[in-house]
Amino acid sequence: MDRPLILHVAVLLGLTALAVGAAPAAEPEPDRQKALVHMVRQDCGSCHGMRLAGGLGPALLPARLTDLPDEFLVATILYGRPGTAMPGWQRFMNEAEAGWIVARLKEGFPPLATGH
Amino acid sequence: MRLAPLLSTLALALSACATTPPEALRGTGDLGVVIERAAGRMQVIEHSHNTSLGTVDGLGDLSHAHVAFSRDGRYAFVFGRDGGLTKVDLLTRKIAKRVIQAGNSIGGSVSQDGRLVVAQNYEPGGIKAFDADTLELLADVPAEYAPGKFSRVVGLADVPGQRFVYALFDANEIRVTDFSNPRQPVTTRYPAGKQPYDGLVTPDGRYFLAGLFGEDGVSLLDLWKPAGGATRILSGYGKGEEKLPVFKMPHLRGWSLAAGQAWLPAIGRHEVLVADARSWQETGRVPVKGQPVFVMARPDGRQIWVNFAFPDNEWVQVIDTVEKRVVHTFSPGKAVLHLEFTPRGEEVWISSRDSNRVTVVDTATFATRKELPVDAPSGIFFTSRGQRIGF
Repeated sequence: MDRPLILHVAVLLGLTALAVGAAPAAEPEPDRQKALVHMVRQDCGSCHGMRLAGGLGPALLPARLTDLPDEFLVATILYGRPGTAMPGWQRFMNEAEAGWIVARLKEGFPPLATGH
Repeated sequence: MRLAPLLSTLALALSACATTPPEALRGTGDLGVVIERAAGRMQVIEHSHNTSLGTVDGLGDLSHAHVAFSRDGRYAFVFGRDGGLTKVDLLTRKIAKRVIQAGNSIGGSVSQDGRLVVAQNYEPGGIKAFDADTLELLADVPAEYAPGKFSRVVGLADVPGQRFVYALFDANEIRVTDFSNPRQPVTTRYPAGKQPYDGLVTPDGRYFLAGLFGEDGVSLLDLWKPAGGATRILSGYGKGEEKLPVFKMPHLRGWSLAAGQAWLPAIGRHEVLVADARSWQETGRVPVKGQPVFVMARPDGRQIWVNFAFPDNEWVQVIDTVEKRVVHTFSPGKAVLHLEFTPRGEEVWISSRDSNRVTVVDTATFATRKELPVDAPSGIFFTSRGQRIGF
């Protein structure tokens, strides 16, 4: 890692530590889980690919994420990565929901619900 | 004597049986495809009567599918995210040829003479040229910008002289590759602005514009006077204000010119930027409902249609190019991903991914002409693209 990235990770981890303290730990409701899966596959998918194999954004497959700390990934989702095309998504989800997404990404992300 | 006409009728009937039945013969000028993104499938449609003719399956990962057409309008070249390049026969609706040409691809284009199909890739970063008949690989042109470093390629556009222009997201460069000798391409490099995210060529093939993500501005290369290099236009349109988070990159293509002006999406702003297409000076801005993704001129140039990034993606707005203001706002469905005009622009097809439909809208009255059921539709591509420079 280069120095700016390390700094960035440190700042994000700090932010996350603050946020985690206040965040609810409960799993999202089933309907919300479905909406989150849809958001990740479709809207995150515009840069990361619907199959999460990468595009303008990097792949979000388990093999690539496994060594990255959860807190770093949660912070990346919520606050984005300055200097890259990754925006922060905190307008659209809370800490616990981002955590749920990270956990699902690391184990292999669920497919889109079939039948609309 | 009476037998002869009977026999010739019989012979005619037999020969007709052996070939295509007359009712199945058709032209291709009104054909098109609609990508069913999640299913790896596309529908073949016709826009004379606005109907779906059938589907073609097995096209791989169509997350960011792009389609170019053979000049006879019969074949669609489908570029998939997974590096798949598929040649589809629109008449038989069968796959004529399919190759996996890269690990991660975002599009491609057909050469001026129709003989080359060129793909632009993220992984491995670069472009590749294929024989349009056989999809045989003719040339691999890596986008190497430092030893062992390859950039993701964006904005590939065909221009006259068997050349292709494209930009390097990771290397702040525009490149022009000449395939006059397809197996020995020649590439020229032009330094450009920060993080070009897509590009377009003007309908005459003269100017290449690369939209920039890393700074407020657009890089412009005059292909008639390339020695001048890439210059910057619309510099600092954000006036130092912090840009909004960008939840989807805009897309550029040669539909941006209308009424003597270029109409371009602002990055991280709820605005369409307008620049004079001769002087390239900013001439105005049109405030819109969200961050524009597609800013597309109706073929006659009197209207610009705009769709938006998440979370404003249920809206479409229409700008009048004379008044330079929004004259119509509506929602054809949820998650509007793409629009495609009929060749002369009396109707526009709009895909609404989360409403699972394509809506055909009359561009004069804004009335809905038809709704077609399509599974999570994304891109809509008509064969008329095959006759245009830069598509």
